[in-house]
Amino acid sequence: MEATVTTANNEEKTWGGGDNQPLGASYGKMMMWFFIVSDALTFSGFLGAYGFSRFKFIETWPLADEVFTHFPFMHGASAPMYYVALMTFILIFSSVTMVLAVDAGHQLKKTKVAFYMFLTIIGGFIFVGSQAWEWKNFIKGEYGAVETKGGSLLQFVDKEGKRVAIADFAVKLPEQREALTRNKTSWFMEDAETLSTYSVAEIQAGFKAHPELLIRTEKLTAEKKKTVLNRAESETRLQDARYVVEGANLTRNEYGSKLFADFFFFITGFHGFHVFSGVIINIIIFFNVLLGTYEKRRSYEMVEKVGLYWHFVDLVWVFVFTVFYLV
Amino acid sequence: MSHEHVSNTRRIWFVFILLSVVTTVEVILGIFKPASLEFNHFIGLNLLNWIFYILTIFKAYYIVWAFMHMEGEKSSLRWSVVSPVIFLVLYLLFILLTEGHYIYGVFKDSTIKWNF
Repeated sequence: MEATVTTANNEEKTWGGGDNQPLGASYGKMMMWFFIVSDALTFSGFLGAYGFSRFKFIETWPLADEVFTHFPFMHGASAPMYYVALMTFILIFSSVTMVLAVDAGHQLKKTKVAFYMFLTIIGGFIFVGSQAWEWKNFIKGEYGAVETKGGSLLQFVDKEGKRVAIADFAVKLPEQREALTRNKTSWFMEDAETLSTYSVAEIQAGFKAHPELLIRTEKLTAEKKKTVLNRAESETRLQDARYVVEGANLTRNEYGSKLFADFFFFITGFHGFHVFSGVIINIIIFFNVLLGTYEKRRSYEMVEKVGLYWHFVDLVWVFVFTVFYLV
Repeated sequence: MSHEHVSNTRRIWFVFILLSVVTTVEVILGIFKPASLEFNHFIGLNLLNWIFYILTIFKAYYIVWAFMHMEGEKSSLRWSVVSPVIFLVLYLLFILLTEGHYIYGVFKDSTIKWNF
């Protein structure tokens, strides 16, 4: 024996932490668990911050079932929650195929592991794609609204309380905007906002021409519905309008509280990023399975470790689903 | 993961069906929102939201215990993963939600209009 040989870890497992197995788990698996602990706390921080802001603006927070009403190929139909429920099923199902891959790995069945990994990857891609579609609808918006000088949001409804899109009643006034020519520009231009389809004046004129329209404010009534003003109140309120809001961005959104869109983008975006990186890691492991790396090791523990991460992503979605769409 | 390598495919499918049923119940409740649940409160939270949170934790338990196979780990690992998360999250939520509610009161009772 050479003098440099260590006594404890001489079975080429030094990178895996040697033979010591504190808490009865291998080094990699235990570290994956503790990574998950820290990531879970990160997500809890985000969801807690969402709860903070929601409690702060509890009387004016948007109603989720009025925001997420789209379903593919069902134009105009209001289908609250169906789509997000579908996304939840897709993610749970990809969790099932993942756990089946882990299970097949225990029995060292290479083809089965590869097949289930493949299904998991497909499920992950479908989920990320669905989220992109959801974002697209959220950003594009449906009805449009106006913002007052005090920062509150006004939406338009008809006599029955049904939402009316601004495009349906706004009038086209002669163009008051001027094209910006080179000699009027400066090095640094502030307030270069994207122009909305209609100006505030066009909406005010259209509102005047349609006596059946009313304004709905952000304020929630005791029945957890938005307050609808009467015609006289609506007209005075609309005088304060300053911006036309179409769709959503990080500054303002047509659904209500500005923070609502910020949290939506941030939390679902961060979760979507986790799903995406999970898919990438799954692809790497999938190719390793095909190449027979784990077959040679006689251990599919790597599949188990990425499995832990993948289930964690599913776990987070369960909470995001509840907090954003149900409660 | 448990060291005896028995296949537990049946349990996996059972948990899948369980999670699907719970999600379906949540969606149905979320669409219909029964007034008897929505307008009755218990410790500051309406009954419907209580149900949603309880079902969420129920699902989380099955994902961690069955899919992530926590049930096969040693209890020392189970405790060192689960207990920090539970206690820190409860602590965090307590502080954030209490403060959020307090600031709501400050805005509501203030003489300055902030959103009009």
